[in-house]
Parts: sequence; structure tokens; C-alpha cells
Amino acid sequence: MLIKQLSIFLENKRGRFNEVATMLGKAGINMTAFTVAENSDFGILRLIVSDSEDARALLKENRYAVSVTDVICIQMPNNPGALAKVMSIIDGAGISIEYMYAFSSGNIALSIIRPDDLGKTVKVLSDNKIELLAASELFAL
Amino acid sequence: MIWNETMECMLRSEMRKLQGIRLKKTVELVYHNCEPYRRRMQEKGVTPADIHNIEDIVKLPFTSKKDLRDYYPFGLLSSPMSEIVRLQASSGTTGKPIVAGYTRNDLNIWGEVGARCFTAYGVCKNDVVQVSYGYGLFTGGLGAHAAVETLGGTVLPMSSGNTEKQIMLMHDFGSVALACTPSYALYLAEALKNSGYPREEFKLKTGAFGAEPWTEGMRKDLEEKLGIKAYDIYGLTEIIGPGVGHECMHQNGTHLCEDHFYPEIVNPETGEPLSAGETGELVFSTISKDGMPLLRFRTRDLTSLNYEKCECGRTSVRMSRILGRCDDMLIIRGVNVFPSQVESVICELPELEPHYLLIVDRGSNNLDTFEVQVEVKEEFYSDEMSRMLDIRKRIAHRLQSVLGIQPDLKLVEPRSIERSQGKAKRVIDKRKFK
Repeated sequence: MLIKQLSIFLENKRGRFNEVATMLGKAGINMTAFTVAENSDFGILRLIVSDSEDARALLKENRYAVSVTDVICIQMPNNPGALAKVMSIIDGAGISIEYMYAFSSGNIALSIIRPDDLGKTVKVLSDNKIELLAASELFAL
Repeated sequence: MIWNETMECMLRSEMRKLQGIRLKKTVELVYHNCEPYRRRMQEKGVTPADIHNIEDIVKLPFTSKKDLRDYYPFGLLSSPMSEIVRLQASSGTTGKPIVAGYTRNDLNIWGEVGARCFTAYGVCKNDVVQVSYGYGLFTGGLGAHAAVETLGGTVLPMSSGNTEKQIMLMHDFGSVALACTPSYALYLAEALKNSGYPREEFKLKTGAFGAEPWTEGMRKDLEEKLGIKAYDIYGLTEIIGPGVGHECMHQNGTHLCEDHFYPEIVNPETGEPLSAGETGELVFSTISKDGMPLLRFRTRDLTSLNYEKCECGRTSVRMSRILGRCDDMLIIRGVNVFPSQVESVICELPELEPHYLLIVDRGSNNLDTFEVQVEVKEEFYSDEMSRMLDIRKRIAHRLQSVLGIQPDLKLVEPRSIERSQGKAKRVIDKRKFK
């Protein structure tokens, strides 16, 4: 159920993301999803890639500060109110969300969530029949 | 262990007597052999006959770094070139270097005081000492070299740079002691960690670090990372080079070889002598050299002196850690800032690597900008922005409370701050005052 997300610390410098993207591309590593949290000095690039272990090793070798975090990916119908339903369940269980990012395609919508209590979130969502994607399913989309 | 008990453990009253005798001899030498000193003394109305004991030193004129530049290259020698057997020079960042000339006697003194240092660090005849200070005009390499040879240890004259080979020979030859700048030692510590050799295959147990100011935090860091005891070695090209002073096993102040180099503390602005324990500018008179003896040389180093007998048994005066150099002091928005203060904060915070860069500039509004760049240790990088911002806030807060001004703190990527192989460049001041 859990998906490995890579987080990379990047200074706010022109071309920095390009370097990372080029490097991963050359190594044949595909990005499925990413988001950037930024302030005026630096950003944190959060990535979900086809092979997180290889990507982590490659980034480390190239002296990037990279950490690995477990996140979950929720699949919902691409309809109004679908996300609200999931959020209500999470909220109702007293779980806070550190950050999330989402994308939709055709009939489905996907949301990557980093909650403060991962185990509890997996449990309440499963109990409520919300679909969580495994890493392999996400990459197969 | 003590190399020269007679000198290092002498009663204070005896030491002062000896210093008086040596000072008188030195004053006679310079007065009769060095024209600038003779003129300077005549202007002050002092002759060698006015110098009876060490207290009379305050009658003598000061020597400044500028004097060494003005009388470049050989104007301050008190011995003829036929007696000068060695020249050394400091890496002058602007224009001409500072030159020092040594007689055979001076080189012997240098070896003697150096042997005292390494003995105090626990080095003995059986030990291999890796000298990773630069060899050449810089006094670090040849100074440490002579020290170890005089002591009877085995010198491994590596000079600086070529880090892979440093680590290989340190491993293969079983270096017991390392002598280099503290910033290069940090660099070597990282290299050692990444070398693949297990730590227990190294014999390294002690380090003699100097030639740039460093802090207690940096010592802790070096001792942990290298698994050694890290000791300060103090020296200046103008006085002799490394060996002017050294720490002992108690690491509680730097013992000065005051039978050769007489220290005073003065007010850096007025030159007035300060009393024992007060912080001010360190001033040295060489009282045994004959190549280029200097009277009351203003070091620009800020420190204080402690005359209490040390637990190690030495009675020699100890100076506290150099707070900074009068010249290193940055005045930012009217506040005096020493890079060493920033360093002490950075070394005490567990989240940070011991590397930093200060960038001072003047904004379009004519206000100084003060940027401090630091690297966070790998294990502290987080996916959460709030945590990164929290680290930044805590460091900035700590810096502000120590410095008295608020820096613009920048977290930078790992290894993006340049690692030094010699003296670290830690300050960039882009302000133009002309």
C-alpha cells in the first residue's frame, strides 16, 4: 500500500530541476508524479519514480540531499465530491495531512497523501473501502 | 611529557629575570644592527642602557605588520646575509609578502620550541608524524617538519593536497599524529570516512592544528570525526612560525614559549598595556633570535593571558583561544562580527556540517546585507518544508543571539561550500568603501 517518495533539497538556482530531470532521464528512470514546495531560497522536490532505490542511489552519488518517505496514493472517481468524501474520512479520524498532491486522467483521479499517521490512515481508508494503489499499480497506469 | 622542564616549568620570578637578560641582549643587537629600530628608539629617546629588566619593555617602540612591508624585504634583519641561512614568507593576500630571515641559531630555536609542542601533544620518538601543512615559503610545513626532527620522531613530509595519497600513506605508514590546518583536517576526516579503510586500521591518535583560528566546537568535531585528540599549535611567520605556543593534554589554553617570545596584551586602539586576564591585542617580542628579532610586534590577534600554573606542571603563560584578528573583524551595520563567532555557533548545532560562508554586501538602500550560508547534514534533510524552515529559524535565532545582528541565513546543498586544502576562505566582503 505504501509508496516510496524521494525528496530532494534544491537551492533556488536556475536550471537545477533540469539537471535532476536530465540525470534521471538518462538513467531510464521515469517520473510518475512530482511536486515542488518552495520558498525564496530553496525548494523541496518530491518525486515518485519507477525505481526509487536506483534513483536514490544515483542522486546520492551526484551529491544531492535526498530522503525517502512513505506516502499513500488514493484512487477516486474523477467526479465532483469524490475528494471531499475521502477528506471527510481522514478528518473524521483526527488525522492531519502534512502535504498532498493530485492529478486526474480520464475517469480516475489520484491523490498522493503524506498524513501524520500513516498506519492509521491506511486502516481508516481501507475500512471505508477507499482504493489505495500499490506502487506497481501506480506505475502501470 | 615535557620536552624542556627547565624552561617550561621555571618559577615566575626566575623566568622574568631570564626574560630581562634576554630582552636587554636583543635590544642591544637591534639597536646596533638594524637601522629602522635604532631610529625608532632614538625618536622615543630610548637607548639599550635604559633596558634593565623585563618591565622596561614598555619603553620600547611597537613594530607593526606595515613596518615589515615598508622595510621589505630585508630592512628589519639584524644579522648580515652571511649569517642568514633561510628565508620564509607569509602568503600576502595583498601585494608583497611578509619576509622572515633565520640564522642557524634561529632555526635551532624553531626546532626546540616545535619539539616542546609535539611532546606536549604526546608524540614521542617512535611516532610517525604526517606533516600536511604546505611546504615552501609558508612556515607551516617546514616548521612542523623541524619540530618533529628535533624531537626525534619520524617525519612524513606530505605537504597539503593529494588527499587520496594522504589517506593511503596515513593508513600504510601508521601515522600517529597529523599536522595541518584545522579546515584541511576536516576535509581529510571526510576523505578518511569515504576511503573504505576501517578506522581501526589507522594509528592516528593526535593532531596539531593551527595557522588559522578555530573554535572549541571545531575541536569537538575533529576529535569525533577523526577519533583523535586535537591540539592547537600557534605561530606567526613574523615571530618564527608554528611553535610560538601549544596546548597540553589539558587543552586549557595555549602555553607560550615565553623564554623566547615575550607576550604582552595591549589595547588594540591605544597600545596601552592591559593587565593579566584582560582581552586585547597580543604583542610579541622575540628575545633570543638574532636573524630578524622583532620588538613588541603587534600580532592583531585578540586574546588574553593566564599566568596560573597549569595542571600539566608547566608554569609557562597560557593564552586563551584567539577570539579573532583585529583585521578579520567585520563591521556589519555597525556591529563587530568575528567569523570565529559564526563558526562556534555552527559547530555547536548538530544539524550542520562544519563549513560556512559569510557574504557581506551593501544593498542599494546603503544597508549592509549579511548572508550566512550553511550546509545541513544529510540525515537532517526532510521532505517537510516546515521542518526545514524550523531548522533555518533555529540557526538564525542562535546566530542572532551570539552576533547581535540578524543574518540572512541560507541553507545550501550538500558539499556546495568549497572545502579548503589550506587556509579556508570563509568570508566574502563585497562592500566597496572607496
